[in-house]
Amino acid sequence: MSGDYFMNTNINITNSEYDDLISSKATKSSLLKNIIIAFIVGGLICCLGQFITDRALDFGIDKEVANTISCITLIFIGALLTALKLYSRIGKVAGAGSTIPITGFSNSVVSPAIEFKSEGFIFGIGANMFKVAGPVLVYGITSSVILGFVYYLIHYVF
Amino acid sequence: MKVGKQTIKFETLPCIFSTSSMVGPKEMQGPLASYFEQSSNDIYFGEKTFEKAESKMLNTCINHLISKNGLANNDIDLIFSGDLLNQCISSSFAIRDLEIPFLGLYGACSTFCEGLLLSSICIEANVAQQIIASASSHFCSAERQYRMPLEHGNQKSTTSQATVTGCGAALVTNSKKLDNGIHITYATPGKIVDLGVKDMSNMGAAMAPAVYSTIANHLNDTDRTLDYYDLVITGDLGVHGSDMLVELFKRENIDISSKHKDCGALIYDTTVQDVICGGSGCGCVASVFSSYIFNELKNKNLNKILLIATGALMSPLSSYQGETIPSIAHAISIENEVK
Repeated sequence: MSGDYFMNTNINITNSEYDDLISSKATKSSLLKNIIIAFIVGGLICCLGQFITDRALDFGIDKEVANTISCITLIFIGALLTALKLYSRIGKVAGAGSTIPITGFSNSVVSPAIEFKSEGFIFGIGANMFKVAGPVLVYGITSSVILGFVYYLIHYVF
Repeated sequence: MKVGKQTIKFETLPCIFSTSSMVGPKEMQGPLASYFEQSSNDIYFGEKTFEKAESKMLNTCINHLISKNGLANNDIDLIFSGDLLNQCISSSFAIRDLEIPFLGLYGACSTFCEGLLLSSICIEANVAQQIIASASSHFCSAERQYRMPLEHGNQKSTTSQATVTGCGAALVTNSKKLDNGIHITYATPGKIVDLGVKDMSNMGAAMAPAVYSTIANHLNDTDRTLDYYDLVITGDLGVHGSDMLVELFKRENIDISSKHKDCGALIYDTTVQDVICGGSGCGCVASVFSSYIFNELKNKNLNKILLIATGALMSPLSSYQGETIPSIAHAISIENEVK
């Protein structure tokens, strides 16, 4: 650039320098704080699940059915809190603590269902309900099939 | 007339005759609440879907602009309008029944300045006398297109911004209408700048280099320095993006921080409103300019400003394909009492 001009119009920074500059200026999210909150909230959800299972066992229900009752109840609670617009608030604070447990899975199915109702039952709810949970299902089911196959090989073939 | 490398000088001095703005409930809790002309407490604006709500808001805003100036729809020669939604539906549906020639725009958050720039060119070319430039965005319609469902429980990145529910419309006319108006004297359409930022939740940092490039070219082309302007107003770098802009200028030994304000940082109180780095979206710069800034110009608290609207020109699709964020910034020099 000629010296008559006020400014250099070329940005004098490489992509990686700029990336470093961004990292140095961006507010860091507090890793330790996030981990602690996630641990507490996630732990509380698990305790609730255990509590439900134990109460079911108290009623003389056998273990497998008691686990199912616990799962279904947690899924219901997740869906209810989502519909009451509370789960998004919990998620904002708890992060993975409320995403990873089964209540989070429920939230990820119910939230798009609510949102896409405006496009109708087929192209709205039907087509978008698994928009968030879909990848989890695809890879969850795929990996469980592969593991099942390995398990089968180990137990029945060798 | 073209001056320098990429700047247009308007010799007929197109004038921003009047503006109108409308926002949603969250914006009314922000520091600029008293400046917005119209607002709604209902995020749906009385409609059934968020997309309809956005159109209703823009339609109400444009109608108000026309009627408060004692005009009829057929007095308007042209509307330039744009928004964030696919196929620009907010604008098309808002303008559907107005029977005014319409040209739709997409420039992401830079749309409003793009509209003002094109309006000025039409006035300069004398192909139209009264033109409306408008833009809108809605938090909920943008979230569902670009991000996660509203009720999904996730954490936002520390650099993210919240889409503004708001719109603004400006009536651009030729300066014959009044002698002491607010004039558009220069416009610098931006070049696309991409410094390799991929993070969709850090658009402020992605766009800051585009702002730098446009300001630098504008000042060189017009033979001005930053001192010439009372204020350089960007729309919507947010808090983090503004920091990045200050850093880029610092590298050239120029301090822009005292002259610079950002619409995304102005519209919300970022400390209490849960918007992380501030506002974004076409409606941010449109509503802030059409209310607060236009008011300041009218009251002569500001006389020479450089308005720069910035756009991050990616889509969720391009980001999933691993693309970086191409960014753009259009600058418009707006001045009182031009001699």
